[in-house]
Amino acid sequence: MARFLLKRVALSLITLWLLSVIVFTAGQVLPGNVGRAMLGPFADQRAVDALNHEMGTDRPLLVQYGDWISRFVQGDMGRSYAYRAPVAPFIANALANSAKLAAVAFLLVVPLSLAMGVLAALHAGRPVDRSIMVAGMSATIVPEFVSGIILILIFGVWLRWLPISATWPPGAGFFGQLYHLLLPAIPLVLILFGYIARMARAGTLEALDADYTRTAVLKGLPQSTVLWRHVLRNALLPTVSVIATQTAYLIGGLVVIETLFRYQGIGSLIFLAANKKDFPMLEAGVLAVGCVFAVASLLADLIYSWLNPRIRFGATE
Amino acid sequence: MSDASAAPRPVSAPETTVAQERRERAGQLLSSPTFLTGAAIVVFWAACAIFGHALVPYDPLADDMLNTLLPPSREHPFGTDQLGRDVFSRVITGSRDILTVAPLATLLGTLGGTVLGLAMGYSRGIVDEVLSRIVDALLALPTVIVALLALVALGTSKITVVLVIAFGFTPIIARTVRAAVLAERELDYVAAAKLRLEGPLHIMFVEILPNVAPPILVETTVRLGYAIFTVATLSFIGFGIQPPSPDWGLSISANYGLIGGGYWWTVLFDGLAIASLVIGVNLIADGIEGVVNG
Repeated sequence: MARFLLKRVALSLITLWLLSVIVFTAGQVLPGNVGRAMLGPFADQRAVDALNHEMGTDRPLLVQYGDWISRFVQGDMGRSYAYRAPVAPFIANALANSAKLAAVAFLLVVPLSLAMGVLAALHAGRPVDRSIMVAGMSATIVPEFVSGIILILIFGVWLRWLPISATWPPGAGFFGQLYHLLLPAIPLVLILFGYIARMARAGTLEALDADYTRTAVLKGLPQSTVLWRHVLRNALLPTVSVIATQTAYLIGGLVVIETLFRYQGIGSLIFLAANKKDFPMLEAGVLAVGCVFAVASLLADLIYSWLNPRIRFGATE
Repeated sequence: MSDASAAPRPVSAPETTVAQERRERAGQLLSSPTFLTGAAIVVFWAACAIFGHALVPYDPLADDMLNTLLPPSREHPFGTDQLGRDVFSRVITGSRDILTVAPLATLLGTLGGTVLGLAMGYSRGIVDEVLSRIVDALLALPTVIVALLALVALGTSKITVVLVIAFGFTPIIARTVRAAVLAERELDYVAAAKLRLEGPLHIMFVEILPNVAPPILVETTVRLGYAIFTVATLSFIGFGIQPPSPDWGLSISANYGLIGGGYWWTVLFDGLAIASLVIGVNLIADGIEGVVNG
């Protein structure tokens, strides 16, 4: 177990390091001359040089990378070009907001897609199964902004059931916030639904087919006991790790959903930073997303191995 | 296979049965309602992309400031947008750019992914280990975010969008190809080719590649759906196809601010067009997968 854990943590660190190199490289290709970009084409060359020197953007790339990454690890994510203020508080605030939206989406999608996936498996090959799978696949492939627009039209404009802005009035309580987050969460639910349901279905089919299920049936256990104690327990294992890997797709969707619903999360922060060519903010935002993903997939592996005694005791992958 | 009599492929079936099998698979595909529905939708939009400009009643780019934001009527079946442009004509012609950029990106990504995947799966060892780590790092980020980052760095144009999406797809396709190659490389026909002293390039591209083609085809079709998804999303956030194109994602991004005022026709039809196209592509992928995997 300890070896498995250690190996897993080391892999996450390597992935994060590679990610930081990719992010840093992308952040350095275009700006070339950051001072010129900030001050505009008509600024005096001396002012541009002075600004570049002040921000340290005139040093060799390798030095800049070493400096950037060592500060980043210590929590200093640099200063935003656009706001002329430290990046870190923006990132923290945006992550907290996005976490709320993501939590609402996950709370809706996990029970829904597990139930639908199991239902499809229990009716495998029949119309119920086909319709759940086709609906799930279609929901997964339609871009969030398209389903978002259609949902806004139906529930926000025609029926007027839900607000079309995700930003709640100041002082809104838990339910007030939830009320504003419900509509933006649904496109994210649609995106995640198909994949999780598909995994739950596959896991259930495999468990239904297993020897231990046959044994349980043959020894006369009631059907509900077989289903809950033997089938679902094993079926939902692989689904746990899938749910965590979906975090990356969720965050990709946040860029669009937070823009569409005018919500100040990490997605809209990255989007605004990209529009303003605010590279420190953009790099920090993307790397923060990478960290969230790395932690989520690490957690998923831990939960998976904790739930699955074959890994807990066997120590082999 | 220049000299068939000297070195017959030991395991391959006679040509007639290969052709028969191919015909059988094509027949299965053409009798699959999933595949046919998807194909009909995609063919419709492809036809619009090619012939749409000649057939639509109005110029999709022509402003008409006296007739802005008209609701659907007989003259304008889908209404007009805030510049008075005919929404119907724009929706029909709006498939052209996305149906150029997305397939090109998918094709490039498939090429890159196939070469990389063959190299990884066939060589294994340290090359595979290093490349797999890089692939994992790339996969740790959603395509949209990688694309956003790269497009800000490189500047937005159709070519950069194609390259960025292709680059994002390469590792994903490489992983599929690698898995397929790992299963194939232990088979007898590969061993036989090695005994004939064929080079690694010959074994990878002439012996193994045809046998891993079906999973690559499935992955490519699935990726095409995601490429359309990504291009539409990038256009919506302003980093994809640029104005004045009547592109669907771009139109939605220009008009969605108006829907609070009830001007639903400026975004609904474009949204339904995107949804139908991606679902169509995915139905095709589902149909092909059903035939390939039995």
